[in-house]
Amino acid sequence: METVGLFLKRFLGLVARNQSLAFIIFAIFIFILPQLIASNYYMGIMVNIAIYTIIVVGLCLLMGFAGQVSLGHAAFYGLGAYGSGILTATYGFSPWIAMIIAAMITALVAFIIGKPILKLKEHYLALATLGFGIIIYIIFQEAFRHTGGPTGLSGIPNLAIGDFSFRRDRQFYYLVWTFTLLAIWLAYNIVDSRIGRALRSIHSSEVAAASMGVDTTKLKLQIFVVSAVYASVAGSLFAHWANYINPGSFGFLASIMFVVMAAVGGMASIWGPVFGVTIILVLVEALRDIMPRFMGHAGGEYEIVVFGVILVLVMIFMPGGVTRTVMDNLFRVLPKDKNQMSGKANSKNSPDGTVKQAANTGEGS
Amino acid sequence: MPELRDIVQFFISGMTMGGIYALIALGFVIIYNVTGVLNLAQGEFAMVGALLAVSFYKTGLPYPLVIILSVLAVVLLGVIMERLTINPARSRGASVITLIIITIGVGMIVRGISLIVWGTNPYSLPPFIKADTLHILGAYMRPQSFWVIGLMLLCVTLLYLFLEKTMVGIALKACVVNRLAAMLMGIKPERMSLLSFALSGGLGAIAGIVMTPLILASYDMGLMLGLKGFVAAVAGGLTSAPGAVLGGLLVGLLESFGAGIISSGYKDAFAFIILLIVLYLRPSGLFGLKGFKRV
Repeated sequence: METVGLFLKRFLGLVARNQSLAFIIFAIFIFILPQLIASNYYMGIMVNIAIYTIIVVGLCLLMGFAGQVSLGHAAFYGLGAYGSGILTATYGFSPWIAMIIAAMITALVAFIIGKPILKLKEHYLALATLGFGIIIYIIFQEAFRHTGGPTGLSGIPNLAIGDFSFRRDRQFYYLVWTFTLLAIWLAYNIVDSRIGRALRSIHSSEVAAASMGVDTTKLKLQIFVVSAVYASVAGSLFAHWANYINPGSFGFLASIMFVVMAAVGGMASIWGPVFGVTIILVLVEALRDIMPRFMGHAGGEYEIVVFGVILVLVMIFMPGGVTRTVMDNLFRVLPKDKNQMSGKANSKNSPDGTVKQAANTGEGS
Repeated sequence: MPELRDIVQFFISGMTMGGIYALIALGFVIIYNVTGVLNLAQGEFAMVGALLAVSFYKTGLPYPLVIILSVLAVVLLGVIMERLTINPARSRGASVITLIIITIGVGMIVRGISLIVWGTNPYSLPPFIKADTLHILGAYMRPQSFWVIGLMLLCVTLLYLFLEKTMVGIALKACVVNRLAAMLMGIKPERMSLLSFALSGGLGAIAGIVMTPLILASYDMGLMLGLKGFVAAVAGGLTSAPGAVLGGLLVGLLESFGAGIISSGYKDAFAFIILLIVLYLRPSGLFGLKGFKRV
């Protein structure tokens, strides 16, 4: 038993310390998964997880690493979805071209909005992003000649390569997860680069970063645009999967949900979003499944309450997010290896953490 | 071009709603200043206060007692929320964003329970005093609107007196100015945190109750109220009570005039656009102090 534990710990230590290995293992797992799961229902959930993960990874880059809050990210998600939807359904563009155009439009909007907004601090920035999100949502609702208004836009075609159309959930699963893995890989490369370190320095102390020669304004704007494009691509994918969109998916509640997913998963690592999205989505589905068995006639009300309770409990007992707490505790459970240097893979002693005295702000990785 | 009568009407309804938003914004400002948390469940305080008042009223108790009981109940709710969620989280080293998400979770819980207890129906309360609708310059004004403005001004005045003239109030302010120094003076920040939540609960409840005779109350009114109250608080600068009040009135008036003059659908967008412009011109809000952050 000791040796198994030791092996496990060595292996997990290797994986935890070596992000590339973790990534490859994760990718393999994703590609094998459909063979193990037969039902379309679970395929659907996995597709949902993939789409939201893209958004939340982008959000984490912005919030976790650069420290800029965004309460209106669903707007970018919606811009991608409506951009793709309108261009393909109404104007007959090819879905791939439409996705690129939508992303470019979203990037432009993010740039225009970001320039003045990112000068604001903390709560004022939160309010500005919130306001922006709501304005875009209202535009989706009111400009019904283009967007179909509250009743939505339908007839959005599927993505296709040549004759092969990504129609069924299983086919789309592979497509979307390719995007998601790409998104994670890209984010990881951003984080683990000069740019990433500069971003984290901004999070720690903007003034100090500026005095070190970091162009804070430009960098903040760049990462804001990047996170917007992430959301836009996710939106396009969503539009082509569901073939129908309406403003309800892109409102204030969606923006909040993305932030919750980011926080629950943990903003300190690239894997946080995956866990956060999975936990939240699985929780919602599980509640929908289980609650009726406990309370027959009950509708969604009890689910909301239970969800809220779980959310509060998770945030109280795992303030740095699930990923960090799990990682920290994992090494305490497994038997100690005398030869190995002690110290956890998740560096609590990272240089980033010691500048600010607040514990567990979820920064650095 | 709208007539004078319309403009007066917009002004009246704008001031009325503005008073409500001001009360909610006050709650935000108090909690934010003492604890640094943005209490996104603030709107739910108003909702619970209103619906509790409806239920109490149905039992036949005299109206004034109904109001007092409801307000006290929501004060208790604020206390419970602080003790059960905020305090334990903070002692485990939660960051501000974590605490904010906790308030979101609590908001969901409260909303869910309210949905179970009261269902989706809208409820109403009778006006505080039976009186006829007034006609001012051709516009209608229900006397309840006076109650809204009056209570709001009363709350602001009482709050001012409390913060300036009583020991507890001064202790509360001390925590805001310098938490560590306050602790050295024997003030317990945890107790102040508790007090701030209790106060905000009360203010929120008053907002909800005084609003219900004018606009029906239902389980989901908290979200929008909280959102607009938050906007009002930030626009006012998040640091002062007068700022919150003016922010609230601003949001109320913008909304009212926007709905009247521009199409009703875009009215919310109008208010937000104006607010974004305000923030752009004065990044610390209308009355916010140009804060300095620790670097």
